[in-house]
Amino acid sequence: MEALLNLFVKSIFVENVVFAFFLGMCSFLAISKKVKTATGLGIAVVFVLVMTAPINYLILTFMLKEGALAWIHPSLASVDLTFLAFILFISTIAGAVQMVEMVVEKFSPSLYNALGIFLPLITVNCAILGTSLFMQEREYGLIETGVFSVGCGIGFFLAIVLLAAIRERLKYSKIPDGLQGLGMAMVVTGLMALAFLSFSGIQL
Amino acid sequence: MSTDTIAPVKTKEKKEGLFSKKNRKALTDPLDDNNPITVQVLGICSALAVTIQVKPAIIMALGLTMVSAFASLIIALIRDSIPGRIRMIVQLIIVALLVTLVDQVLKAFMYDVSKQLSVFVGLIITNCIVMGRLEAFAMAQKPWPSFLDGVGNGLGYGIILITVAVVREFFGAGSLLGYQLVPQWAYDHGYVNNGLMALPPAALFIIGMYIWWQRSRKPKLVNVS
Repeated sequence: MEALLNLFVKSIFVENVVFAFFLGMCSFLAISKKVKTATGLGIAVVFVLVMTAPINYLILTFMLKEGALAWIHPSLASVDLTFLAFILFISTIAGAVQMVEMVVEKFSPSLYNALGIFLPLITVNCAILGTSLFMQEREYGLIETGVFSVGCGIGFFLAIVLLAAIRERLKYSKIPDGLQGLGMAMVVTGLMALAFLSFSGIQL
Repeated sequence: MSTDTIAPVKTKEKKEGLFSKKNRKALTDPLDDNNPITVQVLGICSALAVTIQVKPAIIMALGLTMVSAFASLIIALIRDSIPGRIRMIVQLIIVALLVTLVDQVLKAFMYDVSKQLSVFVGLIITNCIVMGRLEAFAMAQKPWPSFLDGVGNGLGYGIILITVAVVREFFGAGSLLGYQLVPQWAYDHGYVNNGLMALPPAALFIIGMYIWWQRSRKPKLVNVS
């Protein structure tokens, strides 16, 4: 239990997907102009992450790993399909995102329009594939994978809402013309990343 | 009604040469005016991750250009037969297929290079430039302009990547492409490499400054995002 709590806190703050690994930057920068849309995207990312990481764990354990196919026939025990991990992981993610897109389009057309091209782009939000790959690399179990994916999702949510709040405030400050918008968002993200660096080294 | 508006455009396009004004625009626009990183806000993750040194940045840019160009070409060829509901899966599988192909070819013929590259090649799948251009351009255009658009966006990405990598490697390690440029006597007299440049936030600051420079040259870009 303590280990799980540790993993949870670590994946939110110490190893924040956005500020420590710089994953999911594109949608992070583009959809953070308003807190409301940022919240919407954040929730969608959390949802997709929590859905896909455990599914990918099951795919990895029961289909791809060496010996994973033994439950079909003992002669398949020596088959190692891990080189297919990329394609299968990304297909799971694409499927999940397509589902989320249909749901959002149906129930919240305004959010659907605000997210625009970045809704399908959740698929290529590196934070999501990254979480699945970290899960594979660090050999987490099913429960750990679940906790880790929730942590990563909340970490992304936190980061994008924080940046959106700062950017809403930035509207009232005098910024040189060329630096307005994206340029300032980059610099602010850099400063936030430096701040988050101070979490590194914390052990629970 | 929509067919009426589309038909005249199609007949017009048939007369266009391979490098008509419109096609040249598809190729050159992404280099500056519609740059994937600084204007479209796509593909930033890898721009931060692979720009500590110049060499991986160049290789990454080449790989991305290849995949982006051919993915756009293939999608533009089969775009009419892709059902709208599952288009993302189709697009991603084609991208993943191309990336796997590049990876396998490298493994077969240039094993050493492939060992160095493996991480970067995998990263191309989740590079939003490829997918973003497929969604925004290739799904609605003919194969040849789509191919040019893919090449252009790959090169536009490369320009930013290499610029950032040159700054980071020179100030962070005093070298370029692995050759030491800052001489030893400078270090002896107290010159110190900038440690910030080795950290990922440095890439954010440099891209921020680049955007500032680009937009003060072209004020019309200011309102884009």
